[in-house]
Amino acid sequence: MKEKLEQIRREALEAFDPASAATVQDLEALRVKYLGKKGELTNVLKMMGKLSAEERPVIGQMANEVREALTAALEERRKALAAAALDHRLAAEAVDVTIPGKQHHLGHRHPMYIALDELKDIFVGMGFTVLDGPEVELAEYNFDKLNAGEGHPSRDWSDTFYFDTDSRVMLRSQTSPMQVRAMETMELPIRIIAPGRVYRKDEVDATHSPMFHQVEGMVIDKGVTMADLKGTLNTVVEQLYGKGTKTRFRPHHFPFTEPSCEMDVQCHKCGGVGCATCKGEGWIEMLGAGMIHPKVLKMAGIDPEVYSGWAFGIGLERTAMRRFKIADLRLIFENDERFLEQF
Amino acid sequence: MDLSRKWLGEFVTVDASDKDFAETMTLSGSKVETTEDLGAEISNVVVGRIQSMERHPDSDHMWICQIDVGESEPTQIVTGAWNIHVGDLVPVARHKSTLPGGKKIEKGKLRGVVSNGMMCGLSELGLDVRDFPYAAITAAALLNDYHPIDPAKPSIPADIKPGDKVYGPAVCAKMLEVMPLENGTFHTCADIGNATVCPDTVCANLHEGDLVAYNAKTDSYCTLADLHAEQKEFPHCIPDGIFVLREDCEPGDDIKPVIGVDDHVVEFEITPNRPDCLSIIGLAREVAATYDTELRLHTPVVKGGAEGSLTDLLDVETEAADLCPRYTARMVRNVKIAPSPKWMRERLRAMGVRPINNIVDITNYVMLEYGQPMHAFDYRYVKGGKIIVRRAHEGEELTTLDGNVRKLTANHLVIADEHRAVGLAGIMGGENSEIVADTADVVFESATFDGTCIRKGALALGMRTEASAKFEKGLDPMNTLPAVDRACELVELLGAGEVMDGVIDILNYVPQPRVLKLEPEKINALLGTDIETAEMVRILRKLDFVVDGTSVTVPSWRGDVEGMADLAEEVARFHGYNNIPVTLMRGQTTLGGYSDSQKLERTLGEVCRSCGYDEIITYSFISPTYYDKIRWAADDPRRSSMKICNPLGEDTSIMRTTILPSMLEILTRNYNFRNKSAELYELGRIYFQREDGMADEPKMLSLGAYGEDMDFYSMKGTVEAILTAIRAKDVTFEPVKDDPSYHPGRCARVLAGGRSVGVFGQIHPLVAENYGVDTELYCAELSFDALCAVKGADPQYTPLPKFPAVTRDIAVVCDESVTVGALEECIRRGAKGLLKAVELFDIYRGKGVDSGKKSVAFNLVLRADDRSLTAEEADEDVKNILSALKSELGAVLR
Repeated sequence: MKEKLEQIRREALEAFDPASAATVQDLEALRVKYLGKKGELTNVLKMMGKLSAEERPVIGQMANEVREALTAALEERRKALAAAALDHRLAAEAVDVTIPGKQHHLGHRHPMYIALDELKDIFVGMGFTVLDGPEVELAEYNFDKLNAGEGHPSRDWSDTFYFDTDSRVMLRSQTSPMQVRAMETMELPIRIIAPGRVYRKDEVDATHSPMFHQVEGMVIDKGVTMADLKGTLNTVVEQLYGKGTKTRFRPHHFPFTEPSCEMDVQCHKCGGVGCATCKGEGWIEMLGAGMIHPKVLKMAGIDPEVYSGWAFGIGLERTAMRRFKIADLRLIFENDERFLEQF
Repeated sequence: MDLSRKWLGEFVTVDASDKDFAETMTLSGSKVETTEDLGAEISNVVVGRIQSMERHPDSDHMWICQIDVGESEPTQIVTGAWNIHVGDLVPVARHKSTLPGGKKIEKGKLRGVVSNGMMCGLSELGLDVRDFPYAAITAAALLNDYHPIDPAKPSIPADIKPGDKVYGPAVCAKMLEVMPLENGTFHTCADIGNATVCPDTVCANLHEGDLVAYNAKTDSYCTLADLHAEQKEFPHCIPDGIFVLREDCEPGDDIKPVIGVDDHVVEFEITPNRPDCLSIIGLAREVAATYDTELRLHTPVVKGGAEGSLTDLLDVETEAADLCPRYTARMVRNVKIAPSPKWMRERLRAMGVRPINNIVDITNYVMLEYGQPMHAFDYRYVKGGKIIVRRAHEGEELTTLDGNVRKLTANHLVIADEHRAVGLAGIMGGENSEIVADTADVVFESATFDGTCIRKGALALGMRTEASAKFEKGLDPMNTLPAVDRACELVELLGAGEVMDGVIDILNYVPQPRVLKLEPEKINALLGTDIETAEMVRILRKLDFVVDGTSVTVPSWRGDVEGMADLAEEVARFHGYNNIPVTLMRGQTTLGGYSDSQKLERTLGEVCRSCGYDEIITYSFISPTYYDKIRWAADDPRRSSMKICNPLGEDTSIMRTTILPSMLEILTRNYNFRNKSAELYELGRIYFQREDGMADEPKMLSLGAYGEDMDFYSMKGTVEAILTAIRAKDVTFEPVKDDPSYHPGRCARVLAGGRSVGVFGQIHPLVAENYGVDTELYCAELSFDALCAVKGADPQYTPLPKFPAVTRDIAVVCDESVTVGALEECIRRGAKGLLKAVELFDIYRGKGVDSGKKSVAFNLVLRADDRSLTAEEADEDVKNILSALKSELGAVLR
C-alpha cells in the first residue's frame, strides 16, 4: 500500500503540471481522479481495513500526507490558472482609449450674456442690486428727467423709435432711465445696476445694430466723489481683466452727468504701445461715466446739496466682442449654431 | 472738426509731435480721432527749372528735357506733356520718389532714352485746378498733331503749309518763336505764309516749329473748340499737363511747402455741448489752457470807406425774431471776384474745404476761424434792398446753391427779400442770389438762429450742411460782429472789394452774462480732490472766465457752464482726470444680491444648457408678416402689436406679441446654413400695449430645435426637465389641437397644479413650409411668470426607505385610443397605497397584438414604509391594478 500511495503521489503531482492541467476543467478532472469520492486515494484508503493495527496508523498518516500534498499542489495550480485566466480576460477586454467618449451635448451661454453675468457678479459682490425695467419707455424718463430736453438731437425721429406722433412713448435708447426710476422709487443710499435691451435707429453693420444691450450703474449717497467713481470702476476692471490692468479717464460729455468722463482700458494686446486692436492708441474705450448732474438729482426729488452720486453705462456687445475677439457685431444677433457653440 | 496745425500756430505755439499733441488734448477733453501729415505720401519731389527741351527722336509727341534741380548737373527727364517751356519751374519727382496714392517713381527708359523721374501735374500731387487756378491749361489745336477720324477723308491735308486755309477765317501758321511771360501767357511770332504775326496767347502747348490754325480776324490761335474739332482728332492737345509753378521757389526746393502740403491736420471729436470748439479760435483756447501757454487773439480792423450809406442801401427786418437772436450784416462794393491767395487756399484745403473764389473762400475761412457760419449774397438780387428773416410760407419753393429745388414748410426759416426767399437760413444759400463772376456788391450775413429750428429744418430736407451742423448746437450771438468784421478785414487784405462803413446789427435778445459763485470746497468735495483755490482760478482764467473774488463770469460762448458741477469739470479737466485720487466707496453698506426671479432666470438657463440648448438673442421687433407665417388668423386679437412710427424697415416695425416667429427665424437661418441640428433657447420679452401707452413686457422662455434626434418626446423631455428643476408640482400635459402654429396631433399644453405654463410641440408643416424648411421643427413657449408662480418650495429631506421594494412588470393590451397617461392614472387609482412608482418601458404593436390595439408595458415599484412587503401582498395590489385597468379602460393583461 505504501508503494501504491507513493505511486499516487508521484503520478498525481506529475499530472498537475501545466502540460496536462492546462485548464480549470482539466484540474477538476484530476481532482476527481485522485481526490474524489471514487478517486484513487480514496480507493486506497478503502483498503485500510485490511491492514494490520500496526500498519494502519503509519499508512493512515502517509495517506493524509499524500492528500495534503495533492491538495496543496492542486490549490497552487488552481491559483496559477485563475491568475492566467484573469490576465487573459483583462487583455481581451482592453479598449481603444482614443475612441471618442459618449457625447453629452451641453448647450452654450450666449457670449453677450457671459459678459453680462461677469459684470453682474462683480457688482452684486460690491453690494449692488440688479434692476429690471421697461423697454417701452416714456421720453420723459429717457430724456427730460436726464437733462436732455426738447431739442436734444438724440430725440430726433432719425435716432429714436417712437410709438406715437407726440414722441411721448418710445423704445428706450439707453438704460439710463433706470437711474431715474431707481431714484424715484428706492430708499437712499442706492447702489444699483440695470442691464437690458436698448434701441437706436442704426442700420445693421459690423458695429451697429438697432437693438443692443447696456448695463447702467449708479451709486447715490452722502459724500460720494469722483474719486470713488474711479476707485470702483478700477476695481471692476481689475476683476474683469486681472490685477494691475491700467485705466485712464478722459473728459467727455453726457447730459445727465457733470463732470462726465469716458474710461479707457489699456490695450490687452499691446500693453499700451499701440497696435491694430487699439488703433494705435494703446487704449480701448470701455465705458462712459460721470457724477450725476445736480439737475437730474433735483428732478428726481433728491437734494444735490446733501447727496451726490455717480453713474456709468457700458455697452455689452462691445464688451463681449472685446472679451472674445468677435470682429463683427452681426454675429451676435445672427445666432449661427457654429458661432454659439464656441462659448 | 479738422484743425490745421499751421493755422493753429497763428494763435498758440505748441511744440509737440502729433501723437503727443493728440494724447494731451484728449486728456484735457478735446478728443482727437486722427492725425494726418498732409504731405506724408510725397517724398523726394523737388522744384526743377527746365533748361532745355528737344524733341524725342523716336516719338512724335515726347520731349527730352534737361532740368536744373539745384545740383551741379541737370537731370534728364522725358515727358509727353506739351505745356512746358524752357525756363519753367516744375515739380520734379526724382528717382525713388513717392506721390499720393502710394505711387513710386523710379528712373527708366522711354523709347530708348533715359528718364530720371517724372515732372508732375496737379492730380499727381493730389491737387486740382481749384487749389491752383492759375495752373489751368488752354491748348491750341496743333495741326502737326492732327489725326483724321476717317484717314481717307482728312479735313486738314497732311502737307498743309503756312498760309493755307484751314477753316473759315483760320489759316495755317508755323510757330517761329514762343516766349513765356510772367503771368502765364505767351508772346509768340508765327509765319502765316505771306506775313509774320505776333499775337499773345494763353495757349500753353505751342513750341517753335508747330503748325497751328491762326484766326486773322481775332489775331489768335485756334483751340479745338474754335475748330469744332473732337479731342481724338488732336490726341495730344489736351487741357492737362505739367503743373508750371508760379510760386516763389528755387530749383532743388522741397515741393511740399511750395504747394502747401507741409501741414499736419488733427481731427477732433467735439461733443455737442461745445460748439465753441468747432472753430480754430475755440480749439486754440483749449490748446493754450492745456499747455498753459499764451493765446494770441486778434481783433479785426476794418478800414471801410466805400461810397454810399449802408442804411440807404440795405434794410433788415427779423420778422421771426424768436428764431433769430441776432442778425449782423455788412456790405462790400465793387467786388472783384478772383481766386483767393495761396495761403488762404492752403488753409482751406488743409481743413477739407475746396477753394472757390475770394468772396466764398472768405466766408468759409471765417466760419473755420471763428466758428460762425457766414453767408454772402449778391446785392443786386436782394430786391428792394430789404432782407427779411421769416418763416417760410407753406409750400414755398427755393432752389438752393446745390441746384436742388426745396419745398418748404412753415417750420423752415428763410432769408428773403420783399418778394421771395433768397436763402435757407442757417442751412444753405439760394441759387438766385449766388456770388457769380460778375457780382459787384456783396452782403455778408453773420447771424445766429434757433438751433432746434435749424436742426429740424435741415433734417426735414435731408441736407445737413457744415453751417447747419454748427447752428443746431446753438451758437454764441456775441460772435456775429467780430466774425463779420473779420470777413470785411479779409476783403480789404485780399483787395477783393471796398467795404462800406457801418454795420446792420439786430439784437432780439438781451445779453446777460452768467455769474456763478466759486465754491472751491464744494468742487473738491465733488471731485474727491484737494485742489488749491488759486489753481482753480488759474484754470478758469485761462479759459477766459472772469474771476473776481468768489464771482465767476462765464464767457458768452460757454452756454454749457451753468453751475458748480460745470465749474468742477473745467477744473478737473485741466487739473487732469488722472490726477484725481482713487478711493473706494465708503458710507453705509448696502446688501446686494439677486432677486428670486433673477435666480430663476439663471436656473432656467442652466437647465436649458444642460439639456443641450444654446442661448440666442433675437430682436424684440418683428415684421407684421410674421403673424401670417405662423398662420395666425387675420382677426387674431394677438395681432394687435405696438407699432413703431418710424421703424428702420417693415421687418422691424412692430413689437412682438409672441416669441415664436423670432425662434423660427433663427431655426430657419441655421437650417439654411446647413447646420445638421440646432437646439436653441431664449429668455426674451413680448410686448402688449397698456392703457397708459407703455407696455406689459412679460418674459417668455422659448425653445426651438430640429435635427436627427429631435422629436416630440425629446422636446417634452426638456420641458419636463425644466419643470423638475424648478420643483413644479402636479405637472400634467394635455393635447392642443387648435393652435394654428403647431401640428394638431403633436402639440401639448403643459400645466403645473392645473395652471398653464405654456405650449410645445412640432411646428405645423405649413408653418415650416412658410419658412422654407423641409424638416420637422419643434418649439416650446413657456411663460416666465407662470414658471415663477409654479416654482416649488425648497426641498425638505424625507427619510430613505428602510424596507425593500418589490417590483412587478405588467403588459396590458388596450385600444389605440387609450393614452398612456390614462393608463398611468388608472394604475395609480387602482393601487392600494403600496405603489411608489410607475414607469412606462415599452409600447408594442404588431405580431401577437390585434390591429387597432397596442401592448403597453409598465414597471411597478411597490413598497410599504413599515415592513418588508411579501410577494403575496404585492401580487394582491397588482391584481387590484389589473382589474381597474380592465374595468375602466378595457385593458387586459397580455
